[in-house]
Amino acid sequence: MQDTFAVDAQNLARRYGRRWALADVSLQVSQGSVVMVAGRNGSGKSTLFRILSTAIRPDHGSARILGFDLVRERYDVRRDVALLSHYSYLYETLTAEENLRVAAEHRGLSTSGLRQLLERVRLGQRSNDPVNTFSAGMRKRLSFARILLQQPRVVLLDEPYGQLDPEGFALVDEVVNELKSNGVTVLVATHQLERGGRIATDAIALEQGRVIFRGPAKECPSC
Amino acid sequence: MLIAALRKELLLQWRSRTQIMAVFVFGATSLLLFSFAVGPNSEALRLYSSGFLWLGLLLSSTLTLAESYAAEMENRALEGLLLLPSDPRALYYGKAIANWLQLSMLGIALVPVMVVLYDAGTTDLLRLFAIILLGAAGLSAPGTMYAAMTSQARAKQTLLPLLLFPLIVPALLASVKATSLVILGDPMRQLTPWISLLAAFDAIYWSLCGLLYSRVVED
Repeated sequence: MQDTFAVDAQNLARRYGRRWALADVSLQVSQGSVVMVAGRNGSGKSTLFRILSTAIRPDHGSARILGFDLVRERYDVRRDVALLSHYSYLYETLTAEENLRVAAEHRGLSTSGLRQLLERVRLGQRSNDPVNTFSAGMRKRLSFARILLQQPRVVLLDEPYGQLDPEGFALVDEVVNELKSNGVTVLVATHQLERGGRIATDAIALEQGRVIFRGPAKECPSC
Repeated sequence: MLIAALRKELLLQWRSRTQIMAVFVFGATSLLLFSFAVGPNSEALRLYSSGFLWLGLLLSSTLTLAESYAAEMENRALEGLLLLPSDPRALYYGKAIANWLQLSMLGIALVPVMVVLYDAGTTDLLRLFAIILLGAAGLSAPGTMYAAMTSQARAKQTLLPLLLFPLIVPALLASVKATSLVILGDPMRQLTPWISLLAAFDAIYWSLCGLLYSRVVED
């Protein structure tokens, strides 16, 4: 029964120094659903996503992603999970295409479709330009392309609308809807509640590292 | 995956090739300053030349090793690779091999500078280059791991040599002795034992650091 959830987390907690960034957070996310994670700055959204992506370990609690234990089977989790982080994970001196090629080669994927992927995120014209010439929004688009390249089954988008222009907003919505139609589970941490409410079915809201709301996305209280 | 990691490292090094030139100038300047310390005593200069060469290479290595993680830390690119997922050992060996190549080239490039400044030439260049390759391997394997450990620290430029230098003393000693024997002559046939010792330490460093690396870079 447990494995029907894409994400099944129990009592996750993580602290930085003496401050608990995440305290006793449990959540279950069904496969193929889109869930919005809302909350003020510092409420624990990014920490939750970094734990679920195995970037950091929880100090307490446990979680299974698609049936794999977050700590003991982290390499299996990583094969199926992609994280859009506050960090772009890009090499500044490499071009957009080279960055995707590095990711594809490390992942053991074909490098034949990189151009199309860059076209998809409207970076086709800049594919041979180094990332250090890109604006913040363009870096975000490239990070999106990197996520799509991974062909994940669970996607964690931490503030996907940040630094994007209106065209970029539409691109995020389009990509999330496409992922959803392909059965990919998507968790979106955002301050854009109205926009998040349109693409997500369910929501949780965090405050000071604890869950204060769980329910339909359209009823999520503003944080 | 090792090939992918190595290709990425070489591409990053190529993009920052001006840095490599700066490190060479730093190494050559160090050799020049050492010659000033000894003074115009050509016998003493020749006697200490191998020690000065390896000191120059050691000081330069702290710059190249620390720099090899600058690109990884800028946007947490290393974390991004680990989450793909990538095998930490492949990432380590890719970076260590790239650092080894860079340090070897630097060592070989410093040889003419040493010959000019210290009049410490040798006709046995093949052996000299082989020692530089082995000695650079002894610096790059633990250096790559310690550079990863210190890459997120505030005082990384201080911490790296503090942690690295004590660990590589045996390899450095063997490199200096072997180089000295090639330059000054080897009447007692001591070269092979020193090279064997250096190779043994290289084997220990490369296997142990590869095993420990995932513990260093994972949370």
